[in-house]
Amino acid sequence: MDKDVPRAHHDLGGVSKFMCEPVDVGPHALTDFDKEVDGLSGVLRMKRLMTVDEMRRGIEAIPEAEYHRLSYYRRWMRSITDNLLRKGIITEAELRAALERV
Amino acid sequence: MNILETDGEKLLAAVRDLLAAKGIASSAEISERIAITDAANPGQGARMVAKAWTDPAYRTLMLEDGTKAAEELGIPMRGSAPLGVLENTADVHHLVVCTLCSCYPRAVLGYPPFWFKSAAYRARGVRDPRGLIAEWGTVLPEGVKIRVVDSTADYRWMVLPLRPPGTDGWDETRLTSVVREGDMIGVTIPRI
Amino acid sequence: MAAMAPGTAVRVKDDWPETRGPVHIRTPHYLRGLQGTVVRGLGAFPNPEDLAFARPAAQLALYHVAFDQPAVWQEGRAGDGLLVEIYEHWLEPA
Repeated sequence: MDKDVPRAHHDLGGVSKFMCEPVDVGPHALTDFDKEVDGLSGVLRMKRLMTVDEMRRGIEAIPEAEYHRLSYYRRWMRSITDNLLRKGIITEAELRAALERV
Repeated sequence: MNILETDGEKLLAAVRDLLAAKGIASSAEISERIAITDAANPGQGARMVAKAWTDPAYRTLMLEDGTKAAEELGIPMRGSAPLGVLENTADVHHLVVCTLCSCYPRAVLGYPPFWFKSAAYRARGVRDPRGLIAEWGTVLPEGVKIRVVDSTADYRWMVLPLRPPGTDGWDETRLTSVVREGDMIGVTIPRI
Repeated sequence: MAAMAPGTAVRVKDDWPETRGPVHIRTPHYLRGLQGTVVRGLGAFPNPEDLAFARPAAQLALYHVAFDQPAVWQEGRAGDGLLVEIYEHWLEPA
């Protein structure tokens, strides 16, 4: 039984839905995408453009279904983008234009 | 459509282009960051453990100031979160988890493994630790208590596991080869 | 708030900021309202609840607090426990 409390959806300790889920203990190599997102977040943190706390907040803001559907580093990328937009480091117009070009 | 719902690979490419054009983050800087993170690996932690098993003064340092102990072995820790080390004893076995996200002692051990970041691990660790470590075939000896460490804040935690029997007289290098990634998180116990 | 010595009995506040607006909380839901014991102080760090929103963040004392497994979950083995980092503003004397 879950504790009957207003839990945020990322706050997963003891959540019943996962208690019978097996753990995939096998090795899973990181992809180039994974490493580049990880590296990008590191650069932004070192330059004090984004804190780990801000990145976590952005991840926690992902709606529940998406949070569980997205891979780990796709959550990071969504949060990094969210934070860059919030801080005005990039604008939505700039991002839409850049997306057209990739 | 909410722009944040764009495919992650496209977002990465677009964001990288924009940040490079603005002089905020270049490809070279990102590559350098990747190289630094790639250099960290479980072997670094294994060296710390092997030294703690053979050198009582280093063991004391590792338990009091994990960051300093890591730096003493040439492991770069500047800019990283403080490292906390939890000592397994004959009575207590530690298991590290981050229920809220995936906080992991990356500076020492490198990227966290897939399983550590999974919802199943994050949910089960604090509530059914014995069932969880059984996924690795780990069963604790009779009478040993388990202490689950939920990494919720500024520290990153790793376990100093028990030295396995049958290793008397082994030197540090040989002992290092015994210590696996899972031993320093608590899902496995070192054995020869 | 005065520093809390190892061995101090504490209660995690039974508070739910999640119900009042966007927040970033590092006190897990499963501990709210529960009693534990301070193991040691871990130093002081800026409040992540404010850092997450780029607000000025006060330095807060961080404690390692021990909880009994069966008391938290009404299941589990006696003697098993949890050890969790909790910021001072989430703790009150028990």
